[in-house]
Amino acid sequence: MSAQTIAPGAGAGRRGIELLLIGFAVAIAIVAYAAVGIGQDGRIPTGTIGYGAGLALLFGLAHLVVRRFAPYADPLILPCVAMLNGLGLVMIRRLDLAEAERARQAASALPRADAPLQLIWTAIAVAAFIAVLVVVRDHTRLARYAYTSAAAGLVLLLLPAIPGIGATINGARLWIRVGPMTVQPSEAAKVLLMVFFASYLVSKRDVLSLASRRVAGIDLPRARDLGPILVAWAASLAVLVREKDLGSSLLFFGIFIVMLYVATERTSWLLIGVGLFGLGSFSAYTLFGHVARRVDTWLDPFATASTTGYQLVQGLFGFGTGGISGTGLGKGQPGIVPYAKTDFIMAAIGEELGLIGVMAVLLLFALVVERGLRSGLACRDSFGKLLATGLSFALALQVFVIVGGVTGLIPLTGVTLPWLSYGGSSVVMNWVLIALLLRISDAARRPAPAPVAPEKARAALAEAQTTVVRR
Amino acid sequence: MNAPLRRVAAACLVLFGLLLVNVNYVQVVKAEDYRKDSRNFRGLLRSYAHERGPIVLAGGGASAVAVDKATPSEQLKFLRTYPGGTAFAHVTGFASLVYGRTGIEQAENDVLSGESDNLFVRRLSDYVTGRKPEGGRVVLTLQQAAQRAALAGLQGKRGAVVALDPRTGAILAMVSTPSFDPARLSSHSEKQIRDYYKRLQNDPADPMLNRAVSQTYPPGSTFKVITSAAALSSGKFTPGTRIPSPTELDLPQTDRNLKNFGGESCGDGKTTTLADALRISCNTAFGQLGMNLGGDALRDQAEKFGLGDDGMRVPLRVARSVFPDELSPPQEAQSAIGQYDVRVTPLQMAMVAAGVANGGSIMTPYLVREVQAPDLSTLSQTRPEVYKRAVSQDVADQLTAMMQQVVANGTARSAQIPGVAVAGKTGTAQHAEGQAPHAWFIAFAPAQDPQVAIAVLVEDGGSAGSEATGGRVAAPIARDVMRAVLGQ
Repeated sequence: MSAQTIAPGAGAGRRGIELLLIGFAVAIAIVAYAAVGIGQDGRIPTGTIGYGAGLALLFGLAHLVVRRFAPYADPLILPCVAMLNGLGLVMIRRLDLAEAERARQAASALPRADAPLQLIWTAIAVAAFIAVLVVVRDHTRLARYAYTSAAAGLVLLLLPAIPGIGATINGARLWIRVGPMTVQPSEAAKVLLMVFFASYLVSKRDVLSLASRRVAGIDLPRARDLGPILVAWAASLAVLVREKDLGSSLLFFGIFIVMLYVATERTSWLLIGVGLFGLGSFSAYTLFGHVARRVDTWLDPFATASTTGYQLVQGLFGFGTGGISGTGLGKGQPGIVPYAKTDFIMAAIGEELGLIGVMAVLLLFALVVERGLRSGLACRDSFGKLLATGLSFALALQVFVIVGGVTGLIPLTGVTLPWLSYGGSSVVMNWVLIALLLRISDAARRPAPAPVAPEKARAALAEAQTTVVRR
Repeated sequence: MNAPLRRVAAACLVLFGLLLVNVNYVQVVKAEDYRKDSRNFRGLLRSYAHERGPIVLAGGGASAVAVDKATPSEQLKFLRTYPGGTAFAHVTGFASLVYGRTGIEQAENDVLSGESDNLFVRRLSDYVTGRKPEGGRVVLTLQQAAQRAALAGLQGKRGAVVALDPRTGAILAMVSTPSFDPARLSSHSEKQIRDYYKRLQNDPADPMLNRAVSQTYPPGSTFKVITSAAALSSGKFTPGTRIPSPTELDLPQTDRNLKNFGGESCGDGKTTTLADALRISCNTAFGQLGMNLGGDALRDQAEKFGLGDDGMRVPLRVARSVFPDELSPPQEAQSAIGQYDVRVTPLQMAMVAAGVANGGSIMTPYLVREVQAPDLSTLSQTRPEVYKRAVSQDVADQLTAMMQQVVANGTARSAQIPGVAVAGKTGTAQHAEGQAPHAWFIAFAPAQDPQVAIAVLVEDGGSAGSEATGGRVAAPIARDVMRAVLGQ
């Protein structure tokens, strides 16, 4: 477990680059916001300045906090996230306009505009991001709260299943009511459980790595060590059965398996995980109508183009109509696709920004994921390594599940597209996720103690020692 | 821990790689299919975002028959309205969100939607100046008064009227009944559109069918004009030539005889002149004449008038009118009086009248007089051109005189217009056992200076047994429309 050293550049953390890129991201978002208005009615919308100023302020603030509290953190992650979040707001605003339009045609009441709400959620999210960076000065301290976060995570995960608190929206019971709002606690549970997994697996990795016997060149773990994976599996299935939340179920189990694999370095865990996943999927397909319907729709969406396949088919039409270069912002008809603001926001991007826009978004996500994993590689402690892996992989898996779903690559399961989809819980928890990733990245890239300043060096050395001792 | 972590990193790249490959497949390989899928109504919606050009009548902006109205809606910014209403429905057609387009809306869609090459420069300047794109204007040849007269005449009947300017081929009236309201198919309410469309489809009278051009009928006795033209053109006959006119014509190879309507005799029951045979519409005389001339001569003449032409567009597609092949003598006799398998559109019969009226030359019929840019500048104008020379000037003059007799003191007295010499020919076409025959009338006026040629068809409008019924039902409609055109 050698720490990969990253040569610190002239500015060590390269915060200047980060600020420049954030400025670039905000500029693109402002231009896109104006383009929506121009595409719709030929005028630059009046809210452009306020919107641009809001984004610049929020992301600028995030940058300043990173500069102060995580100066060595990866400089690419924050700009990528800012870009995605800014673009998401633009698309939500664009879809607000489409909904208002439809309401006007049906002569019904104007629906609530979601873009301003999402901007408020973004502000809350950035505040949470700042809070995490300020409060959590050393990510290794999180390991102390492993069981607390496990308990909190499980409660949050199962909360929607409790009658009276949970709310069923669009057939899935993954929301809880908090006053006038509905909150999706699984988003928070995701981050909390990853902290627990990382801590638990690091402490138990030696035991879990023990092999009982070797079958076909693969070291099988001891039967009595199968406990944790079976618990995770059962919990995932419980989420699936009780809350009909296929997406979250898949995410949890996938993240757990990958973290288990990285912690133990045993391929056998991966195989057992895949086997259990296959078993779970097959039973879900045969037992639950809603799962079977999803799969059938995926196999041939056009067979049920006007019923269960409608959303997927209209989404595909959106992608197809957009083609390579897209119709241009404000010039397509992305409102045709149901839930275009949440699960199907990629279809709206595909229609109006085309293949180019979709690939750009995917590359931004890929960049964040790979930068996060790189932080994990460079991280000096096992807990940080494992947590960075979990956080980054969670992001990759979530993007794969939803984008793969809406483009017909895999069966559709409803999860949000981080930072782009409308939804407060999602945007807040994904910013928290990034804060943790930046915290680990900062630790990983912090220059090794150098004899330049003895005072500082001693402090750094002391820190390093405590880490070594605890691990 | 780093080795599996690197593998996870590679796996993540694979996941993103799969997504990238798949979006390329969806947005490049399948894009065309998805874009053109009939269930993808995005393209149609887009066309509602800018103003579609109007369809107007010549002479004044107030005479738009189809025009876009701005709506407060942002997605469907314009609503297609049809001030022309049912009278123009079959010509304008409709532009529906659900059922696509028909009529001029479809035939001239490139112009109306602004996508025509003619409008390219304008589109370019729209792009540069940021002006909202707008469609071009289509100016029709139809005349409001003639159209209204035709609709009034056909009220309550199933039928069609086509009136032409014989000198140019310009279509002055084209009406088919029963009609429909194109506005209800072009509204923004999908449910309303579907309900109305289904109702029209289930209507046995088939209101959406344009009987003037899309349907063919046996021409009955109006075909005798073509048989007469064949006889006169052969050089063996003059209007005064006496031809056999038995009370019953024995058809060879059959046990059936050809009779006149009501079993009447023509003239003295032995012979009559060609002119008189046409005037009183003598079936036995024309049946015998047909057999004498032969099927080939009849077909040649019919095709010179335009029968057999497939793919004519005015620009609405015109169904093919046919004169049958390989006729036996009895079939020749039946065909010569417009029965057996002879089938014509009302437009075709109007062209027959127009050909005679115009000294033997048929002008190509057209509905679109001019295409204009949104600023009313002319983009293109239809230049009248000769479609076919049907008969010589001499024969045309002879036919005109004969047809004048039909109106003056023959079967079509009800088509007379005081002070105007009208030339015409009635028809009563049997089409099915036990059903009333179709009533026909073709005419032009004034006979010596023709300004309008017309064909009127009323489905099941005649009554079996009397040739005159065709004249009684169809001729007055023609008279009213001709008066409207002539301003009388």
